[in-house]
Amino acid sequence: MKSVMIVGVGGQGTLLASRVLGRVMLDAGYDVKVSEVHGMSQRGGSVVTYVRWGERVESPVINEGEADILLAFEQLEAARYLPYLKKGGVIVTNTQKIDPMPVITGAAVYPEGLLEKLRAAGAHLTAVDALALAEQAGSQKAVNVVLIGAMAALLDIPEESWLAAIEKTVPAKFLDMNKRAFVLGYGA
Amino acid sequence: MNNLKELLQGNEAVARGLYEAGVRIVSSYPGTPSTEITETAAKYDEIYCEWAPNEKVAAEVAAGAAIGGARSFCGMKHVGLNVAADPVFTMSYIGVNAGMVIGVADDPGMHSSQNEQDSRNYAIAAKLLMLEPSDSAECRDMTKLAYTLSEQFDTPVMLRLSTRIAHSRSIVDTTERENVPLKPYEKNQAKNIMLPAFARPKHEFVEKRTAAERAWAETCALNFVEDNGAKTGVIVAGSAYKYAKEALGDTVNYLKLGVINPLPVEKIRQFAQGLETVYVIEELDDIIESHCKKIGVAVIGKDVFPRCGEFSQKLIAEKLGIPRGESVALEENIPVRPPVMCCGCPHRGLFYALKREGVYVSGDIGCYTLGASAPLGAMDACICMGASVSALHGFNKARGAEAEKKSVAVIGDSTFIHSGITSLIDIAYNRSNSTVVILDNSITGMTGHQQNPTTGYTIKGDPTSAVDLEALCHAIGISDVRVVDPYDLKATRAAIHEALAAECPSVVISRRPCALLKTVKHKPALRVDAEKCIGCKACMGIGCPAISVRDGKAVIDATQCVGCGVCTSLCPKQAIGE
Repeated sequence: MKSVMIVGVGGQGTLLASRVLGRVMLDAGYDVKVSEVHGMSQRGGSVVTYVRWGERVESPVINEGEADILLAFEQLEAARYLPYLKKGGVIVTNTQKIDPMPVITGAAVYPEGLLEKLRAAGAHLTAVDALALAEQAGSQKAVNVVLIGAMAALLDIPEESWLAAIEKTVPAKFLDMNKRAFVLGYGA
Repeated sequence: MNNLKELLQGNEAVARGLYEAGVRIVSSYPGTPSTEITETAAKYDEIYCEWAPNEKVAAEVAAGAAIGGARSFCGMKHVGLNVAADPVFTMSYIGVNAGMVIGVADDPGMHSSQNEQDSRNYAIAAKLLMLEPSDSAECRDMTKLAYTLSEQFDTPVMLRLSTRIAHSRSIVDTTERENVPLKPYEKNQAKNIMLPAFARPKHEFVEKRTAAERAWAETCALNFVEDNGAKTGVIVAGSAYKYAKEALGDTVNYLKLGVINPLPVEKIRQFAQGLETVYVIEELDDIIESHCKKIGVAVIGKDVFPRCGEFSQKLIAEKLGIPRGESVALEENIPVRPPVMCCGCPHRGLFYALKREGVYVSGDIGCYTLGASAPLGAMDACICMGASVSALHGFNKARGAEAEKKSVAVIGDSTFIHSGITSLIDIAYNRSNSTVVILDNSITGMTGHQQNPTTGYTIKGDPTSAVDLEALCHAIGISDVRVVDPYDLKATRAAIHEALAAECPSVVISRRPCALLKTVKHKPALRVDAEKCIGCKACMGIGCPAISVRDGKAVIDATQCVGCGVCTSLCPKQAIGE
């Protein structure tokens, strides 16, 4: 069984990423469970979704030490959820930084050098400037699809399957832009 | 759509079950984590679906439909069941004509709720059959079965979900809709009118019904044993079943209960026979554990597993001393990231004005509960839907005229319709010079943009009548009603000030649509002129997530800013502009 934990800031589109990944693994013939968070946490808070697949999946949630891949939409969130990563697991993170309210109000400081510290802690880390690539694809909103692309490059599923899943998940009028975003992330 | 495999959320799977079971009428009030059941059901043309003003109304609509011969459903979150409890308890006596199911979603861990109550207690108290699924496939299957059971036993049936079931996706087989014709309606006063003379025999009926349901629960397929030849047994239901399976695998025997009320007796005794130890693993209250002890089966439950919070495979493994994989954490102070009001949120200006007034704020349930957070911190109490208005009245009656000049209630448009109107009538009728602020953002925000009786649209997007809030306030006896745009800080502060000073009950309607609505056009992002900025941080006082201070100067994040302009009026140097 494989477990991917997708973390980010409410509003960044982590739900879409989990749905695309779930769809791809369903189409590949696996048992799949996806766990989402709605409601209060959506409002700019720290958000987490879990995707698990394999011959048979029991629990829909991922606990500490269980994630094969941590897909982070924001650096601080990568650091926050590091304990969920398995020993020897992989982090794919956006280099974007979004200040949480305690940092904005001056009650806390955004830690420096997080990517280096995550590597020093033993995580295999891929850092992607997803915001820049999303802009290159045509919209800042495509950050999530760029990151799906970056993660897809690590998984043993053909690129066409991902593009087919994106086609089933995003609105038709944004499809071309999202496909460009995926390809940019896949090559990053 | 014949026998397709789909990856459905638990809530979507319940909706699919409603569709396939031939349900005709659905009435609900949104509430996380139950909302998507009704949103998904509304996509089927064959189902009449509505957002009711509150859960009591929804349950009564479903009750009327069931009496009228249509299979019906009402859905709500756990605290919504408190509101709906009145009709639910008496519908237990009346029973049904066509099947009726009450869906209720609990929130262990309180992801988006004000308490952690366990709805299973309601099934026991109302003497209703309750089923509990443990994944999306069971959500769909149990929903369909619930209608058969409802009609077989002449009872509304409760379907209990929890957040992890409602909001997890897993594989569901789908099939076609069953054609269930409308049942004939025949007048039957002894069944449907709960006068004492009719209700007394109905109570006898309910007790006999429970006995018959229990006999069924002894042998039904929803309560099943997985015998792994172990010496330890686990009795488990709902989400905890999947956590236990992952944590314990085939090292224990399982009794998985799909029927939560009434619980079987002989089935549990037989399961426990010959086992050295039996654990009951259940989130929240000790419902199954207490039942086991009552029937003389020795089990271990809440001595080991907590009553508070959500369970997981990790928690179960740790409590039973099973070693877990290693994990590492950074030795770093990671700042928390609490939810915040969105950029351009119309509530921000209003709460800033309340903070500046320094008033007591009686809060309510919705996005605007976030007005309690730093740096606004403009809230003193928050209880439940609608309580802001009535609790303010009580606060002012307790503390007198001085308090009336320094206190307000804040309540959203949907929450006001849900249960704020009767509270406002209390203020008008029993005369406190209280000030109520209705935050009208033209939508039900927190649960993800549902229409409501003030928006002018139904759940299916069809135009309908809209409640005229000003006229409603006038009609119930409140003459002092003002409307302001919360983006205009000066006008908002003035309106609050005048309303507080008035020697009569008053209402301020803070009106501006939610900034996340697709129909709301955003302005270009604002920016700070670094030459003019003196770093005074006045703009930081509104707690906008787009504004931060870097190197002593304010900076606006162009990817987040929607140009609402609330910050511009705070700058003493006019440094913020387009």
